[in-house]
Amino acid sequence: MSKLQLDKVNKQLGGLRILRDISLEIASGEFVVFVGPSGCGKSTLLRLIAGLESICAGDLLIDGRRVNDLEPRERGVGMVFQSYALYPHMSVYDNIGFGLKLAKTEKRSLRERVLETARVLQLDKLLQRKPKELSGGQRQRVAMGRAMAREPDILLFDEPLSNLDAALRVQMRNEIARLHASLGTTMIYVTHDQVEAMTLADKIVVLNAGRIEQVGSPRELYERPVSRFVAGFLGSPRMNFLPARLLTPGLHSAITTPALGRLAALPFDSSALAADSQLTLGIRPEHLSLQKAQGDAGLRVVGVEYLGCETYVHLDVGQDEPLICRCAATAEWRHGDRVELHPEFAGLHLFDADGNCLPRQPTPDAATLHALAQGYA
Amino acid sequence: MNLRLLKKALLRLGFCGAIGVLLLYAVFPFYYAVLTSLKPSSALFQVSYWLDKPDFSNYAAVLQQASFLQAIGNSVFVAVCVVALALFLSLTAAYALGRVKFRGRATVLLLVLGVSMFPQVAVLSGLFEVIRALGLYNSAWALILSYTIFTLPFTVWVLTTFIGQLPGELEEAAIMDGASPWVALTRVLLPLLWPALVTTGLLAFIAAWNEFLFALTFTLTDQERTVPVAIALISGGSQHELPWGLLMAASVIVTVPLVLLVLVFQRRIVSGLTTGALKG
Repeated sequence: MSKLQLDKVNKQLGGLRILRDISLEIASGEFVVFVGPSGCGKSTLLRLIAGLESICAGDLLIDGRRVNDLEPRERGVGMVFQSYALYPHMSVYDNIGFGLKLAKTEKRSLRERVLETARVLQLDKLLQRKPKELSGGQRQRVAMGRAMAREPDILLFDEPLSNLDAALRVQMRNEIARLHASLGTTMIYVTHDQVEAMTLADKIVVLNAGRIEQVGSPRELYERPVSRFVAGFLGSPRMNFLPARLLTPGLHSAITTPALGRLAALPFDSSALAADSQLTLGIRPEHLSLQKAQGDAGLRVVGVEYLGCETYVHLDVGQDEPLICRCAATAEWRHGDRVELHPEFAGLHLFDADGNCLPRQPTPDAATLHALAQGYA
Repeated sequence: MNLRLLKKALLRLGFCGAIGVLLLYAVFPFYYAVLTSLKPSSALFQVSYWLDKPDFSNYAAVLQQASFLQAIGNSVFVAVCVVALALFLSLTAAYALGRVKFRGRATVLLLVLGVSMFPQVAVLSGLFEVIRALGLYNSAWALILSYTIFTLPFTVWVLTTFIGQLPGELEEAAIMDGASPWVALTRVLLPLLWPALVTTGLLAFIAAWNEFLFALTFTLTDQERTVPVAIALISGGSQHELPWGLLMAASVIVTVPLVLLVLVFQRRIVSGLTTGALKG
């Protein structure tokens, strides 16, 4: 259980800046997930913390101690690798105990620690097996056991579940959550799977092109993304983006979009922008509801995906990508139907031309909501 | 249908025939050497392909020569030393070349490869001077030095390729477990490199065991000679007589250990040890 601080950490490889001015605080016992598209630097950041890569500029502090120049073993961190990287010639027992053996742990306590770790991970019966005699999930657990055996203060996971099949992945995900709850160790977890990020994290760090886009709880990130990137990255199917034009700048903006028409009194502060500025309106699929339109009015249904528990309806809005609307499984829209769109106003997001979310105003009261409805009609 | 069966049978016949020719080509000379060594000198020039009564007098004669036994001892010593030295040096070099990223790595590898292209004769006189200067002339160490020079490029290349193929995360896992580079190399990578080590070690051993030119040039006395030279210097009773029986017996004695070595380690060479390290 250790506090971790990163202060303006930079990493450069060749002429390429992989990480730029990463500043981050991770509290003791927290479960932090780094997410981002491939090549965003999330794995590199994890390896910097582990000590497998050097830090070019900036400071890394563990419990207030600068550890930039310390060896991995001196930092008190353990790491689980994507490919598990078990020692193929050693038994499970030796794999877990290797670090302890190198640390010259006394034989008796080494045995106790290995057995204890194996017990926690339910590996007791497999201790004499070689890695090649284990299933994927078992190997995964051995890899975790190896990282845990030395009782590190911080556990690092580099996409640990990406090699498992879907069912096993859910199971191991729950197991990791359980482990975090029982050990209370600070855990840092890299993944590109947003379900893992949302379900496991106390705090998600979204990285994009070597920078931190946003840090926050899963709920914060999902409901209040600060940028178009974060809004589009979390959520599946992803948020719909519609081009919009600013009609009247002000504390509450009025905009117009081809698909939804005029929207007034949106709770976003656009005073800094000029009228006619290009904006992007974001709406998650679940914040849209459909109604049958009269005649040729409204939007045309161009696709229906029935998933059993719900239905995704695709609407043509004159863009390359259709607008996706999440409906109940009972919805019976067909290809070619004309529908009217009703967005939920609390679920709207407004981004400026640079992709930043416009400053959000307090949730509108009943009177404003009434005005909103008027404006839409 | 019949035509297809016929074609299949013919192909099979051709395949077996090809194998037979290959086998005959490779094994017959050795077989005839064994045969010759088991004949008494009176029967030496009667051409026959089977032996009714083996005669071990040639072996007895060869093994009674103290100089020949001394030569075998020298050869074993030289070959073992060469293998040990070459494996140690090439393993550490290959670790650096295969794992550590540094500028000029490709150049070093190409240089190593380039060195191995020099024919022995080209460096013979130069090497002779070096050995004289080092005071190693007429000692086993002269041979160990020169053989190591010639096997290193090959062993370095093979081991570099092998180490490069081992997953990098394995070593990183060892580093996270607190291993120094030396510990990571010897306790994690080395056990996985056994097949490569056995293969390269065996080839280095064979090269050192069979080498003739350097052995002839850098040694002078019977006490320091290795087996290939010793065999070449076995002479008969007169200038015009070549003691074929003795020569063949000596050759067989020298070849059999190599064949045994290859047979023993064959499984090791073939078996892959990395299974289970990664996903899958």
